[in-house]
Amino acid sequence: MWKFVHQLASPPHFYELAAKFIPWFAVFALALIAYGTVAGLFLAPADYQQGDAFRIIYVHVPAAYLSMLAYSIMAISAGVGLIWRMKLAHAVAAGAAPLGAWFTFLALATGSIWGRPMWGTWWEWGDPRLTSELIMLFLYFGYMALRAAIDDTTKADRASAVLALVGAVNIPIIHFSVEWWSSLHQGPTLVREGGPAIEPAMLYPLLAMILGFSLLFGAMLLARVRTEVLHRERRARWVRNLLMPSEGSL
Amino acid sequence: MAVEDSKGPSLMQGLQAIVRRDLLLAWKRPGDILNPLFFFAMVATLFPLAVGPSPEQLAVSGPGVLWVAALLAALLSLNSLYLSDYDDGSLDQIITSPQPLPLLALGKSISHWLLSGLPLVIVSPLLAMTFRMPTDTLGVLMVTLMLGTISLSLLGSIGAALTVGLNRGNALLSLLILPLAMPVLIFGARTVSLAAADDAVAAGIYFLAAYCMLALSFAPFATAAALKISNE
Repeated sequence: MWKFVHQLASPPHFYELAAKFIPWFAVFALALIAYGTVAGLFLAPADYQQGDAFRIIYVHVPAAYLSMLAYSIMAISAGVGLIWRMKLAHAVAAGAAPLGAWFTFLALATGSIWGRPMWGTWWEWGDPRLTSELIMLFLYFGYMALRAAIDDTTKADRASAVLALVGAVNIPIIHFSVEWWSSLHQGPTLVREGGPAIEPAMLYPLLAMILGFSLLFGAMLLARVRTEVLHRERRARWVRNLLMPSEGSL
Repeated sequence: MAVEDSKGPSLMQGLQAIVRRDLLLAWKRPGDILNPLFFFAMVATLFPLAVGPSPEQLAVSGPGVLWVAALLAALLSLNSLYLSDYDDGSLDQIITSPQPLPLLALGKSISHWLLSGLPLVIVSPLLAMTFRMPTDTLGVLMVTLMLGTISLSLLGSIGAALTVGLNRGNALLSLLILPLAMPVLIFGARTVSLAAADDAVAAGIYFLAAYCMLALSFAPFATAAALKISNE
């Protein structure tokens, strides 16, 4: 078990392993998203109240879910990197941040588009989840700005890791406080007692989309971490051998 | 490093020493205390000028305006929290001193609050009166502002420590700290609004007190870790 962890943490090993995983992630992601798109946009029945406008949840919910997941991955790997000084973990945190910011933006944009016909406004400050998602976006921006402001990679890794952890402690508090502030958003429909309150024909495409988006995120994250590792290890021998095989063999 | 039987100063003495030092430094340069205070008053003045002098409107927006002004004023002074120590090398002394670094970071936050937060709390009723806020809500305003500014001094010290050696630290600090400070703003401003509407305020004050305790328990450690990283 530990041997596996150590091997995984070694950059050359990770670089090769990730290359094997990315196509699988991508293929399954595309298949699931294709199914979810067709089934969600065309086959699922229209909502009795919201009409066809509800169909945006097939993008909105996975994006919102991933904005949280990406932050958790970022904070956990930042913590691992800070405590065990594992360089690969910092590379994962660095790779997860821009992706998380994009999914957060996607969730905000789709939420806003959905809000236009439903609430009659593009932006509703009274909605707690929209507001806390916006704060989430600012947290991502702060993290990336801090990283960009520090030239030394090791220092940037460690400083931004502290910020990610402080943010992780604060996120539940932010959610709670914004919730307390006001409420307009739909209550939870998927995770609640007595099973999901949603028609199976609507549910399965949604689950497929969530899984598909997650796999897509996984593939993109692995690709980002691969390039990040390559950039960070650019002076290492294995990278030179990899990129310039003829010179490396000299 | 410390010799076994030599008795260094106690923890309490270390904490007192750093608080006293910062207060003394500020006493010699009173502008450092007064500037955030003027800034606070100035921002609070801008709003009536911008939105018009109608009493009803001012009474509604008063708590929010005062809280935003307080938040910005606290941010303004946070930038210099570790800057002069960094510039003249005393930050190295603080980090290498035998006293635990989180304790000294706590001391820095305490003196920062005494110099920036406390004057703000004291001045706030005056500004609140100009916003036509009911007199019996002034107590709630001061209590929430006190708890809130303590939290901000502690939370902000993490950001100040992370950005201390950076050229572009100023704008960056706001970007790092403002999202984290939003719960304080929400609860602070809402609680004062509720008080103005004669509503129950206990929940908001409890929350602010809890947040303050949380910041008091964890922020000094995060600040210490950040100081070590940015001063490597």
